Amino acid sequence: MLTIQDLQAWYGESHILHGINFNVRAGEVVTLLGRNGAGKTTTLKSIMGVINKRTGSIRFDNKEIIRATSDKIARLGIAFCPEERGIFSSLDVRENLMLPPVVRPGGLPLDQIFTLFPNLKERLTSQGTKLSGGEQQMLAIARILRTGARFLMLDEPTEGLAPVIIQQIGHTIARLKSQGFTILLVEQNFRFASTVADRYYIVEHGKVIDGFANSELSANMDKLHTYLGV
Amino acid sequence: MQALYAQLLVGLINGSFYALLSLGLAVIFGMLNIINFAHGALYMMGAFVAYFLLNLGGINYWWALIIAPVIVGIFGMILERTMLQWLAGLDHLYGLLLTFGIALIVQGVFQNYFGSSGLPYSIPDQLKGGVNLGFMFLPIYRGWVVIFSLVVCLATWFLIEKTQLGAYLRAATENPTLVRAFGINVPRMITLTYGLGVGLAALAGVLSAPINQVRPLMGADLIIVVFAVVVIGGMGSIMGSIITGFALGVIEGLTKFFYPEASNTVVFVLMVVVLLVKPTGLTGRAA
Repeated sequence: MLTIQDLQAWYGESHILHGINFNVRAGEVVTLLGRNGAGKTTTLKSIMGVINKRTGSIRFDNKEIIRATSDKIARLGIAFCPEERGIFSSLDVRENLMLPPVVRPGGLPLDQIFTLFPNLKERLTSQGTKLSGGEQQMLAIARILRTGARFLMLDEPTEGLAPVIIQQIGHTIARLKSQGFTILLVEQNFRFASTVADRYYIVEHGKVIDGFANSELSANMDKLHTYLGV
Repeated sequence: MQALYAQLLVGLINGSFYALLSLGLAVIFGMLNIINFAHGALYMMGAFVAYFLLNLGGINYWWALIIAPVIVGIFGMILERTMLQWLAGLDHLYGLLLTFGIALIVQGVFQNYFGSSGLPYSIPDQLKGGVNLGFMFLPIYRGWVVIFSLVVCLATWFLIEKTQLGAYLRAATENPTLVRAFGINVPRMITLTYGLGVGLAALAGVLSAPINQVRPLMGADLIIVVFAVVVIGGMGSIMGSIITGFALGVIEGLTKFFYPEASNTVVFVLMVVVLLVKPTGLTGRAA
């Protein structure tokens, strides 16, 4: 579904990604692991087209998107849930939820979204940023499920959240996977990632330096500890 | 009392122009982060387009109300595409200087051909005359300007605060990168927003033509007061700029009645007070 070759990216003058290579197959949950500043978020932003200066190749559904603008990339069916969640304060919850335009058929209908996130239904008229951190995260995920995008990129969805909410997000990801969504996850929380991921890639200094499947996890534990410094 | 009502009406009319102009400035500032100093020149162009339509094309006032904002709006969108868009991300000062330069050029060109005196534009037949309200005589055209401006202002408010398109606009004001990553063509939206703000200015110009005549410097005189209105109301609030626009027009009118000597300065005195007490303006968010 997604194939990335020799992806390099820059923020202004600083060279962040030095040749990222990996792929994601349809229906998989793939997690990028790595230390802070390794380039995980930049990788997601480069796929989304939010970072202007990027080279190499990003192929999505066999289309090259390395030069596409982010609105065109979104229209191909890629949706992004940023680390800072990006809830708009001048919009209420309903407006936040309805903001991303439907890019293709097959998005979740509203009643299914409210089954996944019952809290949101009660807070529809609240200002978006008045929600708790957990509710904001749910809103940020919920609004990209409506659009029909089948490839979701979630940047640290569990960051700063209580265990019970992390569990709820874990259930949601499992449910989305069973419905055929493909998910590219960035996580610091390795224990959480191990409950949902099919495969892992390790990012370090702007490169993918290793990758393995969830079934090979126990065999790779030592290496992983070295990579992540935990 | 007659004189008081008459001044109140003048105040409401000026307030209509303040509201239409400051509304456009607020919308443009929110989306482009540019303080549009060309606004007065574009208001003047609206009046001139109406004048040309009538005198060269025989096209009447009612059509001018639609055509002039569209023509000036398109002119504005060309300015945005060719010049303003390159200022994204730079300091406010660059936008201010560029639009101020554009204003000087546009006004200079019109002055070169039309001098500084006013060209007449007559009130459309349907709106001539007046009605006696018992307590005062109301010229119909003036009543029309106040009501029509109010309707246009409220319609613009509704568009921005209550519709899906408005939600895109508000969201893009906060975080254009993310809105674009949802699949919305934000650069095109910015261009259309500039066109909308400029179109409102041109509409005010057409409304003003039968009252104030058509002059190359009509916008330059007005825009200074409008900027004071915007400072008082606070950049970035739609309803705030509408209410402040009308309110300051009325305050000016009242000052003309009670203490005429201060009528030209009262807005600026208020601006100073507001800046001292609440620098973001009465309804404004921090920039």
